[in-house]
Amino acid sequence: MSELIFEKSHEGRRAVYFPECGVESVSLPEKYARTSPAPLPEVAEVDLVRHYTNLSRKAYGVDNGFYPLGSCTMKYNPKINEAAAALPGFTHMHPQLDEADAQGCLEIMYKLSRSLCEITGMDAITLQPAAGAHGEFTGLSLIGAYLRDNGMSARTKLIVPDSAHGTNPASAAMNGFTIVNIPSTPDGFVDLDALKNAVGDDTAALMLTNPNTVGRFDRNILEISKTVHDAGGLVYYDGANLNAIMGIARPGDMGFDVVHLNMHKTFSTPHGGGGPGSGPVGCKSFLEKYLPSPLVCEDNGKYTFFTPEKSIGKVQSFYGNFLVYLKAYCYIRVLGGTGLKQASENAVLNANYMLEKLRDTYDIPFEGSCMHEFVMSLDKLKHETGISASDIAKGLIDNGIHPPTMYFPLIVHEALMFEPTETESRETLDNAVEVMKKLYETAKTAPDTLHAAPVTTPVGRPDETAAVRNPILKY
Amino acid sequence: MSYIPGTARERAEMLADTGCKSIDDLFSCVPESVRLKAPLNLPEAQTEFEVLSDIESIAAKNRQYKAIFRGAGAYNHFIPEVVKSLSSRSEFVTAYTPYQPEVSQGILQVIFEYQSVICRLTGMDVSNAGVYDGASAAAEAFAMCRERGRNKLITFSNIKPQVLSVLKTYACSAGAKVEVIACVDGLADLGALGCALDDTAACVYIEQPNYYGLIENAQDIASLVHEKKAKLIMGCEPVSLALLKTPAEYGADIAVGEAQGLGLELSFGGPYLGYMASTTANMRKLPGRIVGKTTDSEGRDAYVLTLQAREQHIRREKASSSICSNEALCALTATIYCAAVGREGLIEVASQSYSKAHYAAKLFSAIPGFGLRFSGEFFNEFITDCPCDAKKIMSALAERSILGGKILDCGRILWCVTEVNTKAQIDEVASILKEVTAV
Ligand SMILES: Cc1ncc(COP(=O)(O)O)c(C=O)c1O
Repeated sequence: MSELIFEKSHEGRRAVYFPECGVESVSLPEKYARTSPAPLPEVAEVDLVRHYTNLSRKAYGVDNGFYPLGSCTMKYNPKINEAAAALPGFTHMHPQLDEADAQGCLEIMYKLSRSLCEITGMDAITLQPAAGAHGEFTGLSLIGAYLRDNGMSARTKLIVPDSAHGTNPASAAMNGFTIVNIPSTPDGFVDLDALKNAVGDDTAALMLTNPNTVGRFDRNILEISKTVHDAGGLVYYDGANLNAIMGIARPGDMGFDVVHLNMHKTFSTPHGGGGPGSGPVGCKSFLEKYLPSPLVCEDNGKYTFFTPEKSIGKVQSFYGNFLVYLKAYCYIRVLGGTGLKQASENAVLNANYMLEKLRDTYDIPFEGSCMHEFVMSLDKLKHETGISASDIAKGLIDNGIHPPTMYFPLIVHEALMFEPTETESRETLDNAVEVMKKLYETAKTAPDTLHAAPVTTPVGRPDETAAVRNPILKY
Repeated sequence: MSYIPGTARERAEMLADTGCKSIDDLFSCVPESVRLKAPLNLPEAQTEFEVLSDIESIAAKNRQYKAIFRGAGAYNHFIPEVVKSLSSRSEFVTAYTPYQPEVSQGILQVIFEYQSVICRLTGMDVSNAGVYDGASAAAEAFAMCRERGRNKLITFSNIKPQVLSVLKTYACSAGAKVEVIACVDGLADLGALGCALDDTAACVYIEQPNYYGLIENAQDIASLVHEKKAKLIMGCEPVSLALLKTPAEYGADIAVGEAQGLGLELSFGGPYLGYMASTTANMRKLPGRIVGKTTDSEGRDAYVLTLQAREQHIRREKASSSICSNEALCALTATIYCAAVGREGLIEVASQSYSKAHYAAKLFSAIPGFGLRFSGEFFNEFITDCPCDAKKIMSALAERSILGGKILDCGRILWCVTEVNTKAQIDEVASILKEVTAV
C-alpha cells in the first residue's frame, strides 16, 4: 500500500527520545510562538523502518540493474566512496572551522582540483557548484564578469546549438545573455556555416556539449572554437559527456575556456534519486581571478583559502558539496590516469557494441560509430505501429531494465538515448539488445500489450494530465 | 583497479563485433591534433585498501571537537541512527531523478512526503522538491519575484554573509540589484525599509532568526512590504519553526532556508538542502522539481513529477531557473529525520536548544567583558562582547576540545547552542572564559 507516513501516525508514538534538558526550561514569548504545533508524523521506530524500507523497494537504482539513461552516465557507484564519505573525520567538520582545523578537507579540495585540471586541461577549478546546471550558471558568470571587466559588455549573445540540454539556455538566461539558437546537422554536429553566420561583435560565447548530445565527437571541434575566438567570443564546454574522453582528449586542448564537470556522472558519485551532485567548473588562467571565493592554495604542505582578485562571489554557502566530490577524489585515486582512460575506452566500446547489435532493427539517424552513447529514432516505428519511444521505454521496465533517456535531444524525433557505461558486462548488454529486439517485434505484432506496459510495477502509467490540471502537492 | 567487469578476451570479442580493429579505431573521429599523446599525469592507481587508508590519514588531519558552540548557518544536532540507516539504502542512493514514475514510486512518494513536511513546518501552501542549499534558495526566490520594472531585492545587514554573497552573485549575473540596509539593535530597521521600498523593489528578504540569532518583528515588516506591493521572502531555520511563528502566519509570500539542521551532517558545508515553499499564487513560479499525486489507469494512487512547464527541459531559456539535479537524497534524509523525531521530538530539539542557549547567554554575559551585544529576543544563537583577542578564547576552548563560537569581524563572538550541548559543557565554557580573562 502506498499509505503516507502521515497516515501511519498515532498520537503519542515516538521513535526517538532525548536526554533530560538539564537546564531550566524557558519558554518563548507568546508573540513569537506558532499557534499550533507542526503536525509531523508520530511513529515508532519499527513503523519508520518498514515504511521507508518498503518505499526503497519501489525505487530502482544502479544497484538494482541496468540503467542505460543517456546523458546521465549511470555507472556503478563504488562502495569505497561511500565509506570514505562516512568517515567522522569529514562528516563532523563544521564549515565555519578555521583553516588550521580543516587541513584534511582543504587537502582533498586542493588535490582534487589539481587532478581535475589535469583531466580537463584547464588551469584552475572551483568545486563550489552543486550540480551541472549550477556549474553552467557559475561558468557563464565568469564569462560575464570577464566581458564586463574588459569593456565588452556589448557582447550579450550566447550561441547555443538546438541539440543542447535545456539547462544550457536556461543558465544563459539566468546570466542575462540573449540566446541565439543555431541549427545542428542531423548528426548533432555544429553547422559551421550557421555558426559563422551567428558570430560577430555581439558574441559573448558559444556553449557546446562534446561529445554532442547525439553521442558523437565533433570532428570540427578546433575550427568551432577558433571561429568563436576569432570573433572575440569565448567557448564554454558542457562536460556532461566527459565519460567518453578521459585520458583521450581534453577540453582545454580543444581550445575551450571554461568547462563544467558532473561528479555524479563521470566520476561515479551516486545520483541519490535526483541529487546531490557536484558540478566543478574549470577555466583557463585568464579567468581564474573571477572564480567563486574561496579557492585553496598550498605552501609547504600547509593549505589555505584565498579569494580570487575579482571573484564573482559565492554561488553556494560554503565549499560546495564536499562529501560528494570527496567520493570523486576517491574514484580518481583508485583508477589513476590509466584506469580513467580505460573507463572511457570501455564506455565507448560498450556503446558501440550495443549500437551495432541494434542497428539492423532500429533506426539510427547517423552513420558510423558513436562515442559513449547513441540515439535512435522511433519516428518510423511510431508511424507504422503507433508505438512511441515512451511505449518501448515502458516495455523495457517490464523486462527489468531502466529505460534510456527519452525525447532528448530535441533534434531527433521519438528519441531514445542509450548510455550503457563501462561498468556493464557483455551479458547485460546482450540481454538488453535481445529485449529491445523482442519489443520491436511486439510493436509490430501486438502493439496493445506495449500500450499497456508496464504491468509488473506497483503502478501503471500515471495520469500526468490530471496531475497538472488538479495539482495535489502535499498531504 | 577497475570497475569494468569485461575480461580482456570478452572485450576483444566485443571489439571485433563492432567491426573495429582496435580501441583506437573507435576514437577515429577525435582529431589527431587534440589526442593526448601522454598518459594523464595523476597519482598512480591504488587498491581500495591503500586509497581508503590514505583518505583516513587525510581525515585525521582534520580536528574533531567533542563539543561545538558554533553555528552561523550550519547546526550540530543529534542524528538518530535510524535516519542514517534508512537514507543509505542503495535503492535510494543509486537511483537517478524519478523520470520513470512506475519504477520510482518510492522516491516520488518520499519527495511528496518531504513537500508535506515543509508545508507543515512553514505553514506555506506549496513546496518544491528542494534546491542546492539555503543561499541558492534565497537567490532563486528573488528570481521568482522579479518582473518588468521591479528588479531590486532589499535586505538587511543582519542576514548571513554567505547568503548575501550568493544573492549578490546571482543578482549581478542577471543584471538585478541587491540593496542592503542597516539595522537597529541587530534588527531590521523599519524606517530605513520604508525609504528603500520604492516601486523598483521586487521583494524584501529577511532571516528568521537572523544571523545574530535575533527574532525579527516580521509582522510589521510584512505589512510594510505588502503596502508597497513588493513580496516578502523569509529565510527561516527549519528546526526553529517547531516553536517560532511560521512565515505563513507572518504573511510571507515565499519561505526558504537551509534545511541542514533536519538530520544532515555538518560535512564541511555540503551536501545541504535548500527548501523553498510559497503561497499558491506563486506556485507556478517555483523552480525545480515538484511531485504531485495522481492515479494510474486502474485508479491506484500514483506520484509523478509535475507542473513541468516551469522547468528548463520544457521552457529552455524562458525558464526562471536552470536547476535540474537537486539535493533529493538530502530531502529524503530530512523527511526521515522529521518522521523519526516526530512532532514532539522536533519541538524538544527546538526547545532544548532555546533553553540551553538562554542558560548559556545568562552565564556568559555575567562574566565581565562578555556582555550580550543585543537586547532583543533570540532563538539559539547570540553575540557577546569579548574583552580580549577572541582568538585567545578559541585556543583556550580548543585545548579542552571545545569549538567556540564564530569570531565576527568586529571581534565579538557569535555563539550557538543546540540540544546536544550539555549543561556541563556550557558550564565548562563559562569557566574557561573566566579563566582566560581573569589573568
Ligand atoms: C548535456 C547535459 N548538460 C547539463 C546537464 C545538467 O546537469 P545537472 O543535472 O547536474 O544539473 C545534464 C544533465 O542531465 C546534461 O545531460
